[in-house]
Amino acid sequence: MTEPIVKIRGLKKNFGQLEVLKGIDMDIEPRQIFALIGASGSGKSTLLRTINQLEEVTEGEIWFDGELVNQKLPHRQRERHLNQLRQNIGMVFQHFNLFPHLTALENVTLAPVLLRRSSKAEAIEQAKILLDKVGLADRADYYPSRLSGGQKQRVAIARALAMTPKLMLFDEVTSALDPELVGEVNRVMKELAQEHMTMIIVTHDLRFAEDVSDHVVFMADGLVAEQGPPSQVFRAPQEERTKAFLQQVFED
Amino acid sequence: MGLDFTIIPEYLDLLIAGTWWTVALTVVSMAMSLIIGVVFAVMQLSRHRLVRWPVTFFAWLFMGTPLLLQLFLIYFGLVQIGLDLNAFVAGVIALSLHFAVYNSDIIRSAIIAIDDGQYEAARSLGLSQFQTMTRTIVPQAVANVTPALGNMMIALLKESSLVSVIGVMELTLSAQRAISDSFRSFEFYLAAAAIYYVVNLTLEQAVRITERRSARYR
Ligand SMILES: Nc1ncnc2c1ncn2[C@@H]1O[C@H](COP(=O)(O)OP(=O)(O)OP(=O)(O)O)[C@@H](O)[C@H]1O
Ligand SMILES: [Mg+2]
Repeated sequence: MTEPIVKIRGLKKNFGQLEVLKGIDMDIEPRQIFALIGASGSGKSTLLRTINQLEEVTEGEIWFDGELVNQKLPHRQRERHLNQLRQNIGMVFQHFNLFPHLTALENVTLAPVLLRRSSKAEAIEQAKILLDKVGLADRADYYPSRLSGGQKQRVAIARALAMTPKLMLFDEVTSALDPELVGEVNRVMKELAQEHMTMIIVTHDLRFAEDVSDHVVFMADGLVAEQGPPSQVFRAPQEERTKAFLQQVFED
Repeated sequence: MGLDFTIIPEYLDLLIAGTWWTVALTVVSMAMSLIIGVVFAVMQLSRHRLVRWPVTFFAWLFMGTPLLLQLFLIYFGLVQIGLDLNAFVAGVIALSLHFAVYNSDIIRSAIIAIDDGQYEAARSLGLSQFQTMTRTIVPQAVANVTPALGNMMIALLKESSLVSVIGVMELTLSAQRAISDSFRSFEFYLAAAAIYYVVNLTLEQAVRITERRSARYR
């Protein structure tokens, strides 16, 4: 068995008095596609955001690529450690969060150029390839305000990929889209999955989760309630809570 | 004694030099007040009290007292502690700091209004806090308040006339010199007003162009 790329042990996260994560253990192997599902408020986003430390951890350990993510370091060193870490973890947000003052192309080249991954010319070359990959080669010079939601989200995916991350985090990336635009974004994620990008996908779209993932984690109330291959979690859930959740979702 | 504007050409050199100094004073002070404004705004948003405190002090000093007094303080007051500035430099410092404090207020609100998602997106890519501020947050914030900053810069142009009192030969003082020489106050004040007006129009035009350019992504 290979060494997991993400290893989470006894992870707890409180917001003040509120316990949001209550002790999570999780291993993600390279090339695995994780789907993270569960009711609203169960802690999916929080878990995702602790991995790249957009949220600090209250207790427990997160390991990424053999390195302890939440090490105690003096402020400056911690900053450097986090910047380094985040360069290897791509994240895509529900509300795109594209930089509105930059064109699609500039959104994609910003980080590689600033962080000296590549020369400006190389970064532009690479960005064009990525925009082409997400089907937006002809929109390179558009500002985000002139793109549809689906197009924005595809640019956001290209932007994250530009740093050649080893792991991609997706937090409900199609939830803010009109239904007819969901497909084009899902297609891009599906393609990434087929190229064996390691991904953690938080989603309410269970059909997509079943289609794309090879491992499903069902979260309830800050804990992992059940996990396994999609065929098991969706077709033959063991836990009552999973059954109730699935029933409720599929009724709607 | 009726009005006689034919006297003006005799003093044209003086007025042109004055205009030049007014423009120089305004442009240098504008640039500095904007740069310092951004720095102050970012400092005021710091988590550390020691970083915020000097800005709070400057804001209190420069918003709470008249610009004229600030000029005197910088030009005459600092001499006493061994800082003998020339009048132009003193004028630039006073105008820059005075307007930096106002600019920083405008820019700070604009920074606060930027969605947290912008910050998170930048940090999630591995950008440092400094890079995030300078490359994503501040450019958007400043672009969003270009009109308000433009108004400040127009006010700065007009307030620059105050610097005449410490002897900078800018437009207002030049007009006064012409008057004391020719005893034609109405003509020369009117001429100065006309020149201010023209410079002002040019500045307004520049602000409008900047506004259009900074809004191009919307
Ligand atoms: N910054 C915060 N401060 C305080 N409470 C927070 C914060 N972020 C999240 N929470 C709380 O933590 C709990 C878990 O939130 P989280 O966003 O992780 O849930 P989720 O599973 O992603 O839900 P959803 O499906 O609605 O996105 C919620 O009760 C939420 O209100
Ligand atoms: Mg969420």
